[in-house]
Amino acid sequence: MIEVRDITKRYGELTAVQGVTFTVDKGEVLAFLGPNGAGKTTTMRILTCFMPATEGVARVAGFDCFEQPLEVKRRIGYLPETPPLYHELTVVEYLTFVGRLKGLHAGALRSALDRAVERLSLGDVRHRLIANLSRGYRQRVGLAQALLHDPPVLILDEPTVGLDPKQIIEIRELIKSLAGSHTVILSTHILPEATAVCQRVVIIDGGRIVAVDSPERLSARLRRSEKLSVTVKSPPPDLVKRFRALPGMLNVFDQTDPHVFLLECELGRDLREEIARFVVEQGWGLLELKTVSMTLEDVFLHLTQHEEGLGGTAEASGTVQVTTTLEGQPRP
Amino acid sequence: MTPVQAIIAKELRSFFVSPVVYVVGAVFLLIFGILSYLAVVNVGARAVQLMQLQGAAAQINLNDMVFRPTFYSTAVVLLLVLPILTMRLFAEERKLRTFELLLTSPIRINEVVVGKFLSVYLIFLGLLALTGLVPLILSLFSSFDWKPVLTGYLGLALMGALFLAAGVFTSTLTENQIVAAFLSFGLLLLVWLLGALGSVLGDTPAGNVISYLSFIEHYDRMVRGLLDSKDLVYYLCGVILMLFLAHRVVESESWK
Ligand SMILES: Nc1ncnc2c1ncn2[C@@H]1O[C@H](COP(=O)(O)OP(=O)(O)OP(=O)(O)O)[C@@H](O)[C@H]1O
Ligand SMILES: [Mg+2]
Repeated sequence: MIEVRDITKRYGELTAVQGVTFTVDKGEVLAFLGPNGAGKTTTMRILTCFMPATEGVARVAGFDCFEQPLEVKRRIGYLPETPPLYHELTVVEYLTFVGRLKGLHAGALRSALDRAVERLSLGDVRHRLIANLSRGYRQRVGLAQALLHDPPVLILDEPTVGLDPKQIIEIRELIKSLAGSHTVILSTHILPEATAVCQRVVIIDGGRIVAVDSPERLSARLRRSEKLSVTVKSPPPDLVKRFRALPGMLNVFDQTDPHVFLLECELGRDLREEIARFVVEQGWGLLELKTVSMTLEDVFLHLTQHEEGLGGTAEASGTVQVTTTLEGQPRP
Repeated sequence: MTPVQAIIAKELRSFFVSPVVYVVGAVFLLIFGILSYLAVVNVGARAVQLMQLQGAAAQINLNDMVFRPTFYSTAVVLLLVLPILTMRLFAEERKLRTFELLLTSPIRINEVVVGKFLSVYLIFLGLLALTGLVPLILSLFSSFDWKPVLTGYLGLALMGALFLAAGVFTSTLTENQIVAAFLSFGLLLLVWLLGALGSVLGDTPAGNVISYLSFIEHYDRMVRGLLDSKDLVYYLCGVILMLFLAHRVVESESWK
């Protein structure tokens, strides 16, 4: 459904996206995951024909984004990074305008509008001015705008930013319900979000694709252990070895700070109590004990450290298809 | 509803919820009213003078004494007022990032440009229609030749179109509305001054070309009641050129 081949985008000297290639099948939900400035928005803008790529080909539903932009635009619902809202209009006026731009008329427009309002729970604010809506509601109006004409392809740039937890869950459910009938690309900074809704994740950094895989396989690979961080006031010199001897412990690393230790325990085993008791009984002074959650940063650390052979946190494994390393990349 | 109609409807809505249209409209109508009132008072004074001199009811030509000066001053007022109407059209879309919606919707750029131009032109024509009250009221109390008044109004409508198209163009150049308005003042003043430059050069080929480029000479003929196709062509080409430039700027927007 979506085919991107060797896309490069330069802003003057700066290369925002370099040699990005991927495809998305019909009915698939794909997440772009990457830190700020990775090039997610840039790639989406190219796909939506907002701007052309410097090099490379992008196709949506068989139409070239550069040659046949109108055909591509007809098939895409797009939520930009900043929801494109007219503050002087009410929600209904705004959605009516968007519907007309998308080519909806009379009855079709009314029913599309009602459906979008209902899907995004905008009923209470239909006649309020967009200027007076809270950030979360504005985001929802932006989403309603993208879904309005029920396009086969949806491109959503950080769809859940600014929403409350309940809404985040509802929007994720909504996106999941679109899978199968719609092709969706969304971007996010949050790994659990990608895991929750997507069949495939593209990890992008510095304008290049770092990894492409299903979230299950990514997280299986990443979450093969529980991680704990322990800060001890006066650790004995052989503390690493002593920690290792504890049952259920996989690995122990000392950090640059001599008081802090990173413990990797077996998946599904909470060793916090045992470790606390152990340290306290020995009288070493337990200052802090916390679980370390898997963040996007860890994904990068895992992928890059593994390739660069810096540390042992990630063992060699074939589950992640590493297409590029971060090492040796010209960073913009 | 075609995309152009959708854009006109949306723009009119946006115009009428903002105070700009009301302020601009009120100021324009007020100034127009004062200008024509002053012209009429002036005529009254002259009539009294003439009567004292000639001792009989003198023939006073309202066309020369009232309408022509009012038309000329109105051109200046429009130059100052219309850029304020057009400045937000594209600059605001840029600033608020709503451009992304327009440019990723299945519509053509020329539909956006034309829709926006027509929306502001409709507002302008509405204001112009309101000023029509002045000649209507005057016609109740006196008689004058309607032809130069009508061609003068046609001149105003055409020159307004040109000013608005220039404003649409400068609004595409920046995301700052003040800058957009200022650019269009500057542009229009420059073109106006071409007229003065042309008359300095006199009846030479260069002088004629330069005078032709200025809108004021064409307007002048219409105010004097002359209807010439070359003046109509001038305004039409000017409007099309400005809208075409706006189109090019929007199109090249994403090519940077
Ligand atoms: N209009 C522009 N002109 C110049 N540089 C730009 C422009 N837009 C983006 N960039 C640069 O391109 C790079 C990629 O930006 P992009 O917006 O695609 O990142 P992103 O992955 O969406 O980041 P974020 O997570 O912060 O939204 C950045 O270095 C950014 O500074
Ligand atoms: Mg972004």
